[in-house]
Amino acid sequence: MIPANFEYVRVDSVEGALEALKEHGDEAKLIAGGHSLLPLMKFRLAAPAFLVDINRLEELKYVEEENGHLRIGALTRHCDVENSELIKTNAGLLADATHHVGDPQVRHRGTIGGAIAHGDPASDIPSALIALRAIIIVSGPSGVREIPIDDFFTGFLETDLNEDELLTEIKVPKAPDAKWSFQKFNRRAQDWAIVGASILLDENNSGVSLINMHSTPFRSTVVEQAIASGATAEEASEMAAEGTEPTADINASIDYRKHLARILVKRGLEEAGR
Amino acid sequence: MEVSLNINGVTHTHDVEPRTLLVQFIRESAGLTGTNIGCDTSSCGACTVHLNGESIKSCTVLAAQVDEMEITTIEGLAESNGDLHPMQQAFHECHALQCGYCTPGMVMACVSLVNENEDLTESQVREGLEGNLCRCTGYHNIVKAALQASES
Repeated sequence: MIPANFEYVRVDSVEGALEALKEHGDEAKLIAGGHSLLPLMKFRLAAPAFLVDINRLEELKYVEEENGHLRIGALTRHCDVENSELIKTNAGLLADATHHVGDPQVRHRGTIGGAIAHGDPASDIPSALIALRAIIIVSGPSGVREIPIDDFFTGFLETDLNEDELLTEIKVPKAPDAKWSFQKFNRRAQDWAIVGASILLDENNSGVSLINMHSTPFRSTVVEQAIASGATAEEASEMAAEGTEPTADINASIDYRKHLARILVKRGLEEAGR
Repeated sequence: MEVSLNINGVTHTHDVEPRTLLVQFIRESAGLTGTNIGCDTSSCGACTVHLNGESIKSCTVLAAQVDEMEITTIEGLAESNGDLHPMQQAFHECHALQCGYCTPGMVMACVSLVNENEDLTESQVREGLEGNLCRCTGYHNIVKAALQASES
């Protein structure tokens, strides 16, 4: 399968990327690892007139710590996230969720920024970042803005990113002492999650997020509140399907997805020591 | 557009459409047909090659994206005198193939896996090959071959 024709534009700096986006407007699409975009283009579900290749923006490939945060460049490949000692120590949930993305070949190419910008509710990485309360940094013509992850996902495959903006960094609060669990239920290795859950339990803060249970990556505030008020894993997980709006597909009915959400949240809370 | 790739140490320069996939460039422009196309949706791993030493699925990368980079395909593994790469030798000795269609991708994935992990365990090999499908062997001898090669 071959994508529809497009004009290829390669840029080598953030400024260059922003200029290309300004010049080509909504006809342009950024490509990083391309492991979400190229399949869509091959199925002709996306057909951008201009493809702006940002793979060589070396300035966006880094994992650093700064005060209480990790700063992860948007072009950091999944394999570098899952193997980063800084991330494993301070945000183990993110390293583990990333390890569950695709397969080794996919993780050699896919980037953390691309996985977020795609805005897929079935994706593993956004859920870990919701539980960790990450902040998304984007650059645009009017400068840099910080978007709390809860405000980033606006609809199915839709985000708060404007057409002339570039996602440059993910800021993750360090949580070296947090207990966590990443739960992914699928039938075959490498498949998307039928349902998944990210659980983070910190001393006075918890994060619970569900995969593939809503039109967007989903924070379960109901379960978080239950944990805050002292509920057991069993009690809190009973509420895991509340507020969700999953869809039915070949893998699962709506009821089955809700059942899985309760089961996976329970397993996750127990694994995290609740 | 002109795309120039170093494939197995040889520079291949061709005028191609921007939408040309890396696997098409390898098979059709460079004429190296050892790399197979299976599912064409980055699921089966038949098209696995190395980009700068790391395994990737060449059906889901544009040739333009990797312009001027180094690609290794199955044809580039053996020595020029015909001596097999230790992984190819292990596949041969362990009878790690039947129809052979997945084999080039399987071998390339195994080489990358071994290069990235010291002291591989059987479960690491099984998990590490999650992106490569084989419909004949049941994987048993492939895993055996990867472990044998990792020890050499």
